[in-house]
Amino acid sequence: MLKMELTNYEALRRHGEETYPHECCGVLLGQMDGEVRTVNSVARCGNTRTDSPHNRYDIDPRELVRIQRQGRERGEDIVGFYHSHPDHPARWSPTDLAEAHWFGCSYVITSVEKGKAAVTNSFELTGSDEADKKLVDEKIAVGHAET
Amino acid sequence: MTKINIPTPLRQYAGKQPTVEVKAGTVSEALSGLVSKHPDLRRHLYTDDGKLRSFVNVYLNDEDVRYLQKEATALKDNDTISIVPSIAGGW
Repeated sequence: MLKMELTNYEALRRHGEETYPHECCGVLLGQMDGEVRTVNSVARCGNTRTDSPHNRYDIDPRELVRIQRQGRERGEDIVGFYHSHPDHPARWSPTDLAEAHWFGCSYVITSVEKGKAAVTNSFELTGSDEADKKLVDEKIAVGHAET
Repeated sequence: MTKINIPTPLRQYAGKQPTVEVKAGTVSEALSGLVSKHPDLRRHLYTDDGKLRSFVNVYLNDEDVRYLQKEATALKDNDTISIVPSIAGGW
């Protein structure tokens, strides 16, 4: 399960609206406790896939190293990532699965329809290696309410 | 000593530690030292023929070692290596 405050949930959805019709992307930082990932902060990232930004995203690892370091200084770890699907459902795609390598982390996807954030879903990357990995539906608990 | 930052998904193979310290002169030696200490990490970092997996980025401080001298890059005391699996996707 992924837990986050409403302000962080709204922030990642708003990011998708701001970058529309391009995909947005970012990092979720917080704590992992067994099956529960709690988000304390959200870090926006640039999308380096300028060749096809409407349906691809890629986070510069250098940006990730910086975010990871700043998170560590606050006692936070990377617990997941988010991106948007402009005018496309909030379901993981074969590309999302192929490019997912952070096992045990959450991958949050928001569909953005005609510039407005619609559905937000989260998936946990399960498995132990590239051969058996899966993106599995997980609940997002926003504030005190579950979606 | 060189500090190696372990990303969250790989910590379960590194004694649940966020960082591992090794004594090494190059990036290659540091990574070898890491997998010697924690052999379960090997298959997650390397292919069967011993090459770093394509989605595994290795940073020395803030630089991608691919743009330095790759795994032969020399280390100084107190350098930090970060292992960063790539983040990408899209519909």
